[in-house]
Amino acid sequence: MRRVLVQREDFEPGAEIARLGDGAAGGIASFVGIVRVGSDPARRVAALNLEHYPGMTEKALERIAAEAEARWALTGCTIIHRIGRLLPGENIVFVGAASAHRAAALEGCGFLIDWLKTGAPFWKAEEFEDGGREWVADNK
Amino acid sequence: MPAFAGMTGWGRILKILYFAWLREKIGKSEEDLAVPESVRTVAGLMDWLAARGAGYGAAFADRGCVRCAVDQEFVAVDAPVAGALEVAFFPPVTGG
Repeated sequence: MRRVLVQREDFEPGAEIARLGDGAAGGIASFVGIVRVGSDPARRVAALNLEHYPGMTEKALERIAAEAEARWALTGCTIIHRIGRLLPGENIVFVGAASAHRAAALEGCGFLIDWLKTGAPFWKAEEFEDGGREWVADNK
Repeated sequence: MPAFAGMTGWGRILKILYFAWLREKIGKSEEDLAVPESVRTVAGLMDWLAARGAGYGAAFADRGCVRCAVDQEFVAVDAPVAGALEVAFFPPVTGG
């Protein structure tokens, strides 16, 4: 089962994990990315604005999900990435990978979230509490 | 590809998209432009766009910070644009 979504709406991690447990899975690994206020106490993040490349982003996510499914024999794979204006504490991204065994699920999940950071056409701008706004250049 | 492609120096209509700070510097998210046939690569297209105005010049001032996709596939700056329908320019990605 593959589930790939780019959406403004929030998601429910528990429900997404439950969806991956379809009987074929022996284990499910998941990752939830959350907006944080940042590491600089003098310049706290008030919000993130996330944009994507409609069409290309969805295609790229489908392709990488298919690659992960094949490489780790996943029984299920979910990628949900939010766009729009998100506040600290809000969910940004969900990745879930289910497989017969734990190593494959954990590795598949790790691979997907690493790839989302470096290979998926999304861009983040930070709004700061001081009123400033900057595009994120260094994706950690 | 328009029927007149190849018959004139201005035969190629390209859809060009800009994301993140490139969009903000240029002041638009996309446009359809008649690109001269002398523009053969992504790098050539950046040179041509950069000369269109101050906003474009600013957007393409630091080429090391600009990435590109041709027909929704990431490419290097030496990639050809012949036959492309859609070219996008954007900063390095920062998702996740």
